[in-house]
Amino acid sequence: MKFKTAIIIGASSGIGREIVRILASQGVIVAAVARRKDKLDELAAEFPGKVLPFEHDVLNTDEVPALFLEITKQLGGLDLFVYNSGVMPEVESNEFDFKKDMEMVNVNMVGAIAWCNQAANRFQNTKHGYLVGIGSVAGDRGRQLQPVYNASKAFLHSYLESMRNRLSRHGVVVSTIKPGPVDTDLAKHMKMTKMSARQAAEICVTKFDKNGEHYLKFFHRFAFYIIKRIPSPIFRKLKL
Amino acid sequence: MSSADLSIDYLDRISGFGQSEYSDSFVYRPTTVDEIRDVFTLARKNGRQVTLRGSGRSYGDANMGTENLIIDITRMNRILSWDKESGIIDCEAGVTIENLWRYCLEDGWWPPVVTGTMYPTLGGLLSMNVHGKNNYCQGTFGEHILELDVVYSNGTLETLKPSDERFYAVISSAGLLGVITRARLQMHHVKSGSLKVLAEAAKNWDEEFELFERYENDADYMVSWVECFGKGNKAGRGQFHAAWYPDRVDLKSRKPDAQDLPPLLMGFFPKSMMWKVMKWFFNRTGVRFINWAKWMASSTIGNHKIHEQPLVAFSFLLDYVPDWRRAYEPGGFIQYQSFVPKEHAKRVFAEQVRMQQGAKLESYLGVLKRHRPDKFLFSHAVDGYSLALDFKVTKRNRKRLWELAHKMNDLVLAAGGRFYFAKDSTLRPEDAKQYLGEAIPKFQKLKQDLDPENLLTSDLAERVGLVPV
Repeated sequence: MKFKTAIIIGASSGIGREIVRILASQGVIVAAVARRKDKLDELAAEFPGKVLPFEHDVLNTDEVPALFLEITKQLGGLDLFVYNSGVMPEVESNEFDFKKDMEMVNVNMVGAIAWCNQAANRFQNTKHGYLVGIGSVAGDRGRQLQPVYNASKAFLHSYLESMRNRLSRHGVVVSTIKPGPVDTDLAKHMKMTKMSARQAAEICVTKFDKNGEHYLKFFHRFAFYIIKRIPSPIFRKLKL
Repeated sequence: MSSADLSIDYLDRISGFGQSEYSDSFVYRPTTVDEIRDVFTLARKNGRQVTLRGSGRSYGDANMGTENLIIDITRMNRILSWDKESGIIDCEAGVTIENLWRYCLEDGWWPPVVTGTMYPTLGGLLSMNVHGKNNYCQGTFGEHILELDVVYSNGTLETLKPSDERFYAVISSAGLLGVITRARLQMHHVKSGSLKVLAEAAKNWDEEFELFERYENDADYMVSWVECFGKGNKAGRGQFHAAWYPDRVDLKSRKPDAQDLPPLLMGFFPKSMMWKVMKWFFNRTGVRFINWAKWMASSTIGNHKIHEQPLVAFSFLLDYVPDWRRAYEPGGFIQYQSFVPKEHAKRVFAEQVRMQQGAKLESYLGVLKRHRPDKFLFSHAVDGYSLALDFKVTKRNRKRLWELAHKMNDLVLAAGGRFYFAKDSTLRPEDAKQYLGEAIPKFQKLKQDLDPENLLTSDLAERVGLVPV
């Protein structure tokens, strides 16, 4: 394993939780960060000495600099940082709910900036590290459903691309992972074929050490290659 | 949150000279004693520990402290006073050997003990109590110190002299008791900036030791290269050098211009590019060939002859090719140096080389030196010899290399030998406990008195069990 130490933000469920379990089972010391302490404690009990639980709500961005230092101190360094937190409340096709939208902005974007900036600054100084953001295929195109979720993931992709362009000269790898539908709490209201969280996490882990943007399936790569190129006048008439 | 005042902007990735281990630490470069005290305060406030570092010339992890605050002493580099009549120099601990010789040689004074590189700081030299190629006659660096200042983790500054018992603990204790901030040193008087150097090819272990015995009461310096691929009656072959200070006054040779190392090899090849060429040869086959060529040259060109060589060129072989350690990238290298009483040295070193050959992990460079004991707390020296061995570290050989080192440790310890923290990467707690013996409880008592919060530590100290993890 290239990583000895890792921080996973958004570790209590879904892909994040499975990433923690995979890394810990391979001997990585993982700081699992999330709101739900009971879920983190379960992980810590499952992998004693390998998983360090940290209760934190990504909305509390003021906590981040000090918490980041405390976590890296307890880990004894940092090789891998994964920002996995994300929310996608159910939004009707004719609904414009500012509260829901701000929640997505704060968790998916502001939280990502607060945490990834810390990791990026550290990796730039130490000239090594792997910075990973879990984006989504939803960020590839502004679709009718979930305008703010799509925009928040598009932001994450662009933000991480900038990070990649800044940090790769310092020996830092920045990886953006774009899962499609995954069977997690986030997508429980979506009725479509979904990949299991475990399967998604297993593929994600193989992409952590690769600079660039990564889909989890070849089909997604192919489909979104086409979707991104559909002219806008046609795209707005489709029900995608 | 306890870490609130630390800034990631001070974070840096550091390694020992061997570059086989890296760690991330908050590096502070104080310029005054008060700024050192501030670092201790910051560490205490943030629940972190402190590790001391000079020029980073210790090979292993003695100058590394993962996630700790590092006090890098290199900016405290002022020469405070110099008396060219007596040869006594007073300087801050960040002054390097290079600073010393450039400042004093024109006046006819040379550092009494020098390492193979001119870049270590006084702080580092004293923390490790280093030796040179004249250890058997001049002792360690600490034996030439007249006075030093040390700042303890509670901020107290104490001046220590050789008459103080603590002097012998602060020097040699790997920077774990306090920060040496100033030292007064007696330089060695020289008439010339050159040495008379005798080169002798040694065909095997017997000849190596015979040469050391022949010159030990006479020469000012002795060192020998040992080729580690030789087997049978060629085992231990190498090239021995003895050197003497000339008795004639030569002012010209004492000037820095006469000492500076040439930038070109053989007059045309830039030495700054050499490591890239060396990298091609830094594998078993390549090094075997280089060693064979060096042996052939040693046993023919200039053998049994005396030539004059500038002090800098003879002393600082490690600086002759800039960045040579990069030839060991990406895994770096470790240096394994063990010190064995003279009655067992030949047997132990011959066995060490056999073990390396058996494991196909031959050292690329072996260096044999003569030593004498000293009374410092963590003394590494014995009345005997040391063999320093450079090993390339790779992902594939790392585990086997450490196993080999541990087997060699057992051999050394059984012969009553010792080890050297400035070089170490592989010692286990039980090894340190065995060779340091009574020094460990004495150190722990001093640690309790001088640094009860255990603020000073290092990755090495934790690895070998000198401080609690």
